[in-house]
Amino acid sequence: MKELVELIAKYLVDNPEQVSVNQIEGERSVIIELKVAPDDMGKVIGKQGRIAKSIRALTKAAAAKEGKRVVVEIIK
Amino acid sequence: MQIVEKRGKSVDEAIKLALEELEAEFEDVDIEVLEEPSKGILGMIGKKAALVRVSLREKPDTKVEDILVGILDLTKIDYEIQSVEYGEGVVRVNITGNDMGLLIGRKGETLNSLQFLMGLIINRGRSREERVRVLLDVEDYRAKREESLRNLALKLSEKAKRTHKNVVMRPMSPHERRIVHTALQNDPEIVTFSQGEEPNRKVVISLKR
Repeated sequence: MKELVELIAKYLVDNPEQVSVNQIEGERSVIIELKVAPDDMGKVIGKQGRIAKSIRALTKAAAAKEGKRVVVEIIK
Repeated sequence: MQIVEKRGKSVDEAIKLALEELEAEFEDVDIEVLEEPSKGILGMIGKKAALVRVSLREKPDTKVEDILVGILDLTKIDYEIQSVEYGEGVVRVNITGNDMGLLIGRKGETLNSLQFLMGLIINRGRSREERVRVLLDVEDYRAKREESLRNLALKLSEKAKRTHKNVVMRPMSPHERRIVHTALQNDPEIVTFSQGEEPNRKVVISLKR
């Protein structure tokens, strides 16, 4: 799931080399922390959070396939 | 992007050499003339060949499928690309497989998200004119929904005729509303219009007076 978030983020931002993703695995849930260059925050959040929402929806589907819940956090 | 610079006696010749090296067609490249040829004095001194820079444009169409496959593979969802159709400024992809419920999501949320992200990715750095619309469908899920929406529109128009009252439909997206308007536009007895504000804009089916 980490790879999925990373791939999408890298496609969207201007500085793909500054994308880093951390995955914290729980028993039934996963937290994914996405970090991008400060200038790229808008590129992964979008107007009214539309891009972030879309990334979350897709990641949720991937998590559901593994029977898990997922939280995607975009951190500074 | 592949770029080559070539010299030739004329601009045309330089371009031809560049195309040969790129193994590309004239339609698939952008050309920049860096130096015009000059004959020089008496055809001897200061004679200069033409210099062109030819860059091969990436084909957006093949990119759509590659990127989509890359993303879908990572979701571990069971899927298969059924068809990819290229139209004028639009790419339609139909997907099939065992996990389509997951891929569509509640009210199509996941599919819409993927479509939205694909659009962003494909159109990055493109100008308005170059923009490509990416439309994703799952086992004709959208096509079927459109069909049932058209049927509903026809049924409600009959109701409007029967009762002589306006029929107000549930709030719908601009795309869905367009389908209803189009479905009824040729009915001489019926007019349709939208009322209310997004996201609660509704189509009203009304009798023409």
